[in-house]
Amino acid sequence: MRPFQYTRAPSLAEASNMTAGKDTLAIAGGTNLLDLMKLQVETPDQLADINRLGFAEIEDTDNGGLRLGALATNTETAVHPRVRSDYPVLSRAILAGATQQLRNKATNGGNLCQRTRCFYFTNIDQPCNKREPGSGCGAIDGIAKLHAILGTSDQCIATYPGDMAVALSALGATVHISGDKGERSVPVRDFHCLPGDTPWIENVLEPGEIITGIVLPAPVGGTQIYRKVRERSSYAFALVSVAAIIELTDGKFSRADLAFGGLAHKPWHDPRVGECLLGQPPSDALFDKAADILLENARGFGENDFKIPLTRRTLHAVLSQATEDAA
Amino acid sequence: MTVHFKQDEPVNSNRLDGMKQGVLGKPLPRIEGLAKVTGTASYAAEFPVENCAEGVLVTATITRGEVTSIDRESVLSMPGVIAVIDDEKLCTRAAQGTANEAPMQGPSQVCYWGQPIALVVAETFEQARDAAKHLAVEYRKEEGAPLDPSEVEPEEQEDETVHQGDLAHAMADAAHSVDVTYTTKGHASAAMEPHAAIAQWDGDKLTVHASLQMLNYNITELADALDMKEENIRLISRFVGGGFGSKLGISEEVVAAALAAKEVGRPVRVVQSRQQVFQTVMRRSETTQRLRLAADSDGKLIGFGHEALVSNLPGETFAEPVLQSSHFMYGGENRELMLNVARIHRMTAGSVRAPGEAVGMPALEGAMDVLAAKAGIDPVELRLRNIPEKDPEDGLPFSSHKLAECLKQGAEAFGWDKDQRKPRQRREGEWWIGTGMASAARVHNISEAKARVTLKTDGTALVETDMTDIGTGTYTILAQIAGEMLGLDPKRVLVELGDTRHPRGPGSGGSWGAASIGSAVYVACKAIREELATRIGTSEDKLELSEGKTATGESLTDLLEGKDLAREGHYEPGDIEDDYTASGFGAFFAEVRVNHYTGETRVERMLGAFGFGRVLNAKTARSQCIGGITWSIGVALTEALEFDPRDGHLVNCDLAEYHVPVHRDVPDLDVVLVEERDGAASPIQAKGIGELGMCGGAAAIANAIYNACGARLYDYPMTPDRVLAVMPD
Ligand SMILES: Cc1cc2nc3c(=O)[nH]c(=O)nc-3n(C[C@H](O)[C@H](O)[C@H](O)COP(=O)(O)OP(=O)(O)OC[C@H]3O[C@@H](n4cnc5c(N)ncnc54)[C@H](O)[C@@H]3O)c2cc1C
Ligand code: SF4
Repeated sequence: MRPFQYTRAPSLAEASNMTAGKDTLAIAGGTNLLDLMKLQVETPDQLADINRLGFAEIEDTDNGGLRLGALATNTETAVHPRVRSDYPVLSRAILAGATQQLRNKATNGGNLCQRTRCFYFTNIDQPCNKREPGSGCGAIDGIAKLHAILGTSDQCIATYPGDMAVALSALGATVHISGDKGERSVPVRDFHCLPGDTPWIENVLEPGEIITGIVLPAPVGGTQIYRKVRERSSYAFALVSVAAIIELTDGKFSRADLAFGGLAHKPWHDPRVGECLLGQPPSDALFDKAADILLENARGFGENDFKIPLTRRTLHAVLSQATEDAA
Repeated sequence: MTVHFKQDEPVNSNRLDGMKQGVLGKPLPRIEGLAKVTGTASYAAEFPVENCAEGVLVTATITRGEVTSIDRESVLSMPGVIAVIDDEKLCTRAAQGTANEAPMQGPSQVCYWGQPIALVVAETFEQARDAAKHLAVEYRKEEGAPLDPSEVEPEEQEDETVHQGDLAHAMADAAHSVDVTYTTKGHASAAMEPHAAIAQWDGDKLTVHASLQMLNYNITELADALDMKEENIRLISRFVGGGFGSKLGISEEVVAAALAAKEVGRPVRVVQSRQQVFQTVMRRSETTQRLRLAADSDGKLIGFGHEALVSNLPGETFAEPVLQSSHFMYGGENRELMLNVARIHRMTAGSVRAPGEAVGMPALEGAMDVLAAKAGIDPVELRLRNIPEKDPEDGLPFSSHKLAECLKQGAEAFGWDKDQRKPRQRREGEWWIGTGMASAARVHNISEAKARVTLKTDGTALVETDMTDIGTGTYTILAQIAGEMLGLDPKRVLVELGDTRHPRGPGSGGSWGAASIGSAVYVACKAIREELATRIGTSEDKLELSEGKTATGESLTDLLEGKDLAREGHYEPGDIEDDYTASGFGAFFAEVRVNHYTGETRVERMLGAFGFGRVLNAKTARSQCIGGITWSIGVALTEALEFDPRDGHLVNCDLAEYHVPVHRDVPDLDVVLVEERDGAASPIQAKGIGELGMCGGAAAIANAIYNACGARLYDYPMTPDRVLAVMPD
């Protein structure tokens, strides 16, 4: 670990100021950042502690939605009565991640910004275009079981590893951001980026921008499922995950909001997948069609080829469960 | 005064059953448990040592070659940095268990990615770690180091080879035959406490606090590595936060700390990072195993074949002893056994809990299930029919053999459903449900051991040995043995372990600890009893002691006449080892559910029934079994070391990515202790239990997966991707 300065940011404006330079990183729960600093994957000169800046509340919004403070912990969010009753998919997604101890410390903002678990990214003695642009990608032709099958590039095939953002993507939530140019909001679905030729850019945050909150739209009800397939029953990242909000009217799909984890550099939301279900009665053939659309451009890298059939089967399981529950 | 007992004959007198104190076998809680859970038990790195500098190992970033230069100046100017040590005496690997000599030294020669090549010493750990990452090292790289066991010509381990009869013929003649190949991936010990050492010199005397399992060997290994006399070294390892084989021999940090402390003239602590522990200490080799079983129409084996390929680095003598129990597990007069080792440049392969059977038994017991299904015989019955009368290879009698009882009692307690042997009979929603079983076996090991027991004038007793307690309960069972023999409440017995100033024990490894050191304590206590008996004019076998008194009411304190009474017990296994085949046996039963869509497997319940001689403490024995079964779940479903195909480095080197089972993976586990007295195994009639609980259990799960959903897998661990690949529609 490199020596670094620790400063408690006195205000949001000051936090923005400090993190505008590339040598300062914001620290919230620290559950991801400190691990990476110990491995010298992250080597900031300074940490700006944002924990005392407020925005830890979870509050109703005027239009019946819910605003999750960026500094509210994952645990506080998952157990919040309104999250549990109105946005159960979010509660389930958070509780499917990490461990109780980690969730007690992890914040919503930090969770959105958590970095990939790619083995080559976390080992500074291995090549990685994300950590060290131009050094090559260790995972392509390496151990890539956890890696992406959608939206990859020849520079990087890493996944975004988180669960919470997958549910947020299905829910159509919005990320609220504050920076020196003022405030802006970005749909969660547009917050994370694909690797392309710039795998080190993981989300749309500009230098100096701080996430202040996440806003959930007014609840939509429906059957809400978060299904995470993993190698042990807890404390493992998703091989594949599905967040689904499903409604049937007169035996036909009237709502199908779907997002997927473990498949790409971002929570994967392809509006065509849900759309193809709308107005149709559930059937295996229909589920297959949805999977065909989802996986149209899927590409495996050997070790992770299994994710293609696994995604198809998991989607089947989720849609079957949802339509049984809804019927 | 030392009393020597060399065991050439079975001890069938059941002496310990006749003692009056009545504490042996009782489920007493661990003596040191409270200290551990309240944080007052100091582990190796935690000893308060003044003016201690911190060392961090620097590891190689090439697979094979030579370190041509190390630029010390690149880090010596960094804050806090005191020294860079690249002494040729630094160890590049950990010693194998019972090596009794220094492990590989000479850090300038690189043999695997991640190998220690130097140590950076600084004022703080963080400074040392940063400097270790910044040390500029140049290499001369040797390309083409083989990394894949299947790409090299393997070496046959000839002493494992058996050619008996004509297996090919038996296979051709058999009413039912099975010829299958299983694979297992590498495993890590993943002990909670990382490898750590603090070294301190006083003139030419060296004291090292380290986390080690076998001080009796470790002191010799360290002396050899440093070219010192053993009497100038003191090793201390009072508490060990798990070892599971990874701390059998000295590892790199012990020698590094000693060399550094000498050079910088002050104490030095070296703690390996979690990643380093994974990448530099020991892996269990991956295996490829071909099983051939030939049976007559009744399911009785007429042929038995087990061939295995394992791997290790050049220069290592250890080869995962996959066939260990296969030599005697089942009958079959036509036999082919062979163990091959491939020399590859992955990190050192060595002992990880239950070396051999941990992976050999899951393959054998998987194949037995395939045979049972083919022959249409209940798998429990198939095993009962194939228990050999005597060792099928060397003809020796078994010292004791509880497999049949374990199979029967286990099946009964589990509620084994004989009639549910067809796959895919039960489904709940998305989940297929099924059951499976497997036998357990783990060879019995025993070792020479010494312990001193002192009966004190204050009415307490002291037990001293350099034996370690690696979390298994050694402190407690030794207090129970001494308490039983001397008629004392175990609370009045102080047990001091883990210090080479004490008589040499056997070390904790190979499940031999309890039986070996327990026998040394027994021998010492027996000698004390003899002396006491003389003092009251009776014979030792008539002496009844309990609660600090004789049967006639004299107190032990009075008998001591104001002087402590000490005896050193020296236990040595004798010729008896050549007269019997000795092993622990058992049976596992598992119920699992397998998700039809995702291939995820969850163990619903699991039971193990085990026969391993005398139970010294029903609680610690049960805990060992539960721990073993938990490891079985890891072998079956989750644990796999992954190595990079291009440079051979271990990629999943932390506890987030190397998947040991978590609480949620481990359901209620049931243990049936099938008590027995095995007088040929040890004078206290006990055998090992530390490993038996994981020797075959993975197959019970694999067989249950087949029973549940019809997917027959031959590759451990059975992760969702592998289950789905063979899941019937
Ligand atoms: C062993 C382990 C297992 C895990 N398993 C899972 C899992 O299964 N599923 C899952 O989803 N997650 C998992 N996690 C990840 C965990 O959820 C994240 O570490 C956590 O959510 C990060 O939150 P934090 O507040 O601790 O972030 P920090 O570590 O403090 O910060 C992470 C990053 O976000 C930036 N950041 C933090 N807050 C803000 C903000 N308000 N604005 C802008 N930037 C910000 C920081 O600069 C830093 O770069 C696991 C973590 C560990 C260690
Ligand atoms: S997949 Fe991405 S993160 Fe992983 S090594 Fe390649 S570039 Fe780095």
